Amino acid sequence: MPKPANSQRPQASFWRTVQAIMWKDLTSELRHKEIVSAMFIFSLLVVLIFNFSLELDRATRDNVAAGVLWVTFVFAATLGLNRTFAAEKDRDLLDGLLLAPIDRSALFVGKMLSTFIFIIIVESIVVPLFSLLYNMSLFTPLLLVVLVLGTLGYTVVGTLLAAIAIHTRAREIMLPILLFPVAVPVIIASVQASAGILEGNALGNISGPLNLVVVYDIILFAIAIMTFDYLIEE
Amino acid sequence: MQPNQHLRILTISSMLMLVLSIYMVFVYAPLEIVMGAVQRVFYYHVASGWIGALAFLITLICSILYLATRNLKWDHVALSSVEIGVVFTSMNIVSGSVWARPIWNTWWTWDPRLTTATIMWLLYAAYLMLRQSLENPQRRRTFAAVYGIVAFVSVPLTFAAIRIWRTIHPVIIGSSDPSAEGNFEMTPPMRNAFFFSLFTFTFLYVTLLWHRIRLEQLTVQVAAMQSRLLNKLST
Repeated sequence: MPKPANSQRPQASFWRTVQAIMWKDLTSELRHKEIVSAMFIFSLLVVLIFNFSLELDRATRDNVAAGVLWVTFVFAATLGLNRTFAAEKDRDLLDGLLLAPIDRSALFVGKMLSTFIFIIIVESIVVPLFSLLYNMSLFTPLLLVVLVLGTLGYTVVGTLLAAIAIHTRAREIMLPILLFPVAVPVIIASVQASAGILEGNALGNISGPLNLVVVYDIILFAIAIMTFDYLIEE
Repeated sequence: MQPNQHLRILTISSMLMLVLSIYMVFVYAPLEIVMGAVQRVFYYHVASGWIGALAFLITLICSILYLATRNLKWDHVALSSVEIGVVFTSMNIVSGSVWARPIWNTWWTWDPRLTTATIMWLLYAAYLMLRQSLENPQRRRTFAAVYGIVAFVSVPLTFAAIRIWRTIHPVIIGSSDPSAEGNFEMTPPMRNAFFFSLFTFTFLYVTLLWHRIRLEQLTVQVAAMQSRLLNKLST
């Protein structure tokens, strides 16, 4: 990694930087409430559309619930990811962030974690609502683990690609085109693991897809940390 | 830019090899006893799939080299290789479909191998779209290099899929899944035709890549000339 010219300047510690960036994003979201509310309403709309397009009666519901849930979260998360760097870009604040004497990967981790928290908040409202609307309990600890791990992988690669998409023409269109094919393995594995859990399988039976989710989380995180520096140096 | 003598020789010889490989695939190689004539798709199907994977591997290497050195030539190779790779992956998917219709009795099935090949195609189509939608040339090169690295995660997956999950896709080289449909043993003439078409396609890839890189260099030259002309006109 090339050493920046100002390497003599004191650098804040990694986790303190991450915390500062998360705190900035969370405060801003607390005041505007635009990302979480938009993702939440959008999730409800997607569930509604699925309800009538798939005729989610008792029998179908058991088979497709995992798929419906994941597609809902993936679509909603894409909305949130599109906003990850939007505020900075629109108000030309990205340069300000880059002028700060901080580690670039701390910037990435901070941004990623704040988006992750937004998505998790939305999921923690939608999952109980989904259970209530369709009278099926989604509250198995294992399913929540899969939700968190799958969302983490999706957010990691989503944040990386959002940093690319923000500079393109028609950026809201580019993000899903760039993101979906990269994220497909993590989504497939998450859906398979979730479906296995909802069918009442034990941990042993879903360890295949679950391992795949974990492996993807690690690979994607490593690639993101290694390449993020190059995306924001201009 | 002067015409290149070496490239001309390469172009002519890859053309001759292509003609010879058509002869080997359609005349020299014997008719497969179970599947019949449609088995001949195999020779070009595997060769184009191989070129797709090779092209994307070259893109990965050149993307890393570009980020490390910022030398324009690596970016030219990376872009050229993706374009060729997408064309050959399309050929691979379409020829596989033609074979699957009589053998599997369907044009398409969501088999892991087919799915991952499609994802790979989509990834590199996205790569080309990304380059189109970035205006700043420096940024375009850097971002494309990063995406070229991220996208490559899918290529080993495509290869691994046939071995990790149960699949109906046959494996001719190496051991196959017992549930695969459409397997066969290669006879020595088949083997010759197969390896010759692999070799021909690799040769063709190098030739095309060279042409495409020269085209990219010419594009850069024209752009430089244009800006020089504009400068002269404005002063």
